[in-house]
Amino acid sequence: MMLGYIGRRAYHSIISLIGLLTLVFFLTRLTGDPSALYLPLDSSVEAREAFARLNGLDQPIYMQFLHYLQNLLSLDFGQSLRQNRSAIEVALEAFPATLKLAVVAMTLATALAVIVGALAAARPGSTFDRIAGVVSLAGASTPDFWIAIVGILVFAVGLGLLPTSGTGSVLHWIMPIAVLMLRPFGLLVQVVRGTMISALASPYIKTAHAKGMRRSKIIFGHALRNSLLPVITVAGDLATGLINGAVVVETIYGWPGIGKLMIDSIIQRDFTVVQSTILVTAVAIFVVNIAIDLVYVTLDPRIRY
Amino acid sequence: MTDVTLSSVKSSGNIRQLAIYLTRDKLALCAALFLILVIATMLLGPLLVGEVAGKLGLRQRNMPPFSLDNGLIYVLGADTLGRPILARLIVGAQNTLGIAAAAVSCSMAAGGMLGLIAGYSERWYSHVILRLADVIMSFPSLLLALIVLYTLGPSIMNLVIVLAITRMPIFIRTARAEVLELRERMFVSAARSMGASSARILFRHIAPLVLPTLVTIAAIDFATVILAESSLSFLGLGIQPPDFTWGAMVANGRAYLASAWWIAFWPGLAILLTTLSLNILASWARTVADPLQRWRLQSLRKAVR
Repeated sequence: MMLGYIGRRAYHSIISLIGLLTLVFFLTRLTGDPSALYLPLDSSVEAREAFARLNGLDQPIYMQFLHYLQNLLSLDFGQSLRQNRSAIEVALEAFPATLKLAVVAMTLATALAVIVGALAAARPGSTFDRIAGVVSLAGASTPDFWIAIVGILVFAVGLGLLPTSGTGSVLHWIMPIAVLMLRPFGLLVQVVRGTMISALASPYIKTAHAKGMRRSKIIFGHALRNSLLPVITVAGDLATGLINGAVVVETIYGWPGIGKLMIDSIIQRDFTVVQSTILVTAVAIFVVNIAIDLVYVTLDPRIRY
Repeated sequence: MTDVTLSSVKSSGNIRQLAIYLTRDKLALCAALFLILVIATMLLGPLLVGEVAGKLGLRQRNMPPFSLDNGLIYVLGADTLGRPILARLIVGAQNTLGIAAAAVSCSMAAGGMLGLIAGYSERWYSHVILRLADVIMSFPSLLLALIVLYTLGPSIMNLVIVLAITRMPIFIRTARAEVLELRERMFVSAARSMGASSARILFRHIAPLVLPTLVTIAAIDFATVILAESSLSFLGLGIQPPDFTWGAMVANGRAYLASAWWIAFWPGLAILLTTLSLNILASWARTVADPLQRWRLQSLRKAVR
């Protein structure tokens, strides 16, 4: 039953993936002729043709696409035009840097948000609730590129405490992670608080109170468990959105991750690398989606697949 | 129950009631006043300061803020070409808010409808809708936008379409998740046993319960779309000169961060305050629309000690 479900999801995921890759293939081919970008302006027509033939760019576009699919089946993702090595290698090389950044930021954001949100919902209207409300709204409303710049202005240029960009020491991690987790944290606190308040108003909480159960147990044991469902949906969506944040954060802080690689490859028309980065990101996100569905079933027996 | 609430909120006699609720929440009141100010400047501002915003002033180049020597319009300083930042903020508001409003409306209408259908029906098109949402979500929205804008050319129309499409999955998924839970409820079984058609159950009984959630999401999403547009413009693939938005203004100021911080700072602050006000109002509106929580605003006078 469960295995069948995972199999169905994987099957659907592969169809989506192929749709995605098709879309990206044709979109990137429309952005322009790469031989114009890679060869000097005064290079001869023959040189351009030779370059196109070498990279299979002289074929009709549907032949290029068939060839691409054929290679895909044999796990060959093509050569990077810019770096002259396997494109998937380039993408996989950049992936861990982003993954580390995303995992740390998302874990910190979720843990903090669940605690703050649950405590705020426990006493709605209290001072803590109001402060948590404003702080979380501010977190969700801040433009990440702007706060990244202001962070550099204050902590690097002004106070000289943190490095402006790059990787290496622990200090290099502080600003990117703080900027990246700000938005998920703010949004998650809102969601946790909202669902907790409705959960705390339901009859089974009254029953628990009537039984004389401890308040902390009611909040964290009964109400939180039931209100985690929407939180997990939102956290999953935010995990995808984190890639967007990563593009901006990595660009500003010079973090050698997949976001920076994507932007660079789009601008330099490195087709194969764009496709590979999308494949890597899409696979990661499908894994997250399936994991979320499974967690759903575990947490809420009312939902059946 | 919800029908009564919605219609009573909508009817004109209760606008005063809404205003009373608004004055009971000081933060929401400030947010509303700020947004009214922003909308007013958006409508009237370009008529008043449109000339000044484009005027080059070599003498005022990189003029620091908080000096009234050159008149009130230069109070926030001037950019590298000597154009007053205050005037440019006012003119930039029109593009910033207009693009976001157009994108969110399209996104909510299309996404909400698809989500309702996907949640209620088990037919093949429900699966197609969900796969569609998966495909869009598996694509980091910023990257999809970057590729499409790079292909089609960055025009305002394309910007709106791209932003609307990238925000659709959140409406589809939320509407579907709500319907999945609601369709198992007693009132749906009751309506069905009394012979109501699927369309009637969906749009008459379920949709009004989903709508408040969708509106809340749209309001929060409005802020998100402003942020997304700003990120795109910041990365240089959003709005193109001579048009500009607040995000593009931050991008212009980034290069002069160490010498003239105010060029990048004020537009970012404008984005932050606008999105924050929107989010505060959205959470206030959620309290008003929820019959379980409205008492917080109604009995506030008693609660004040």
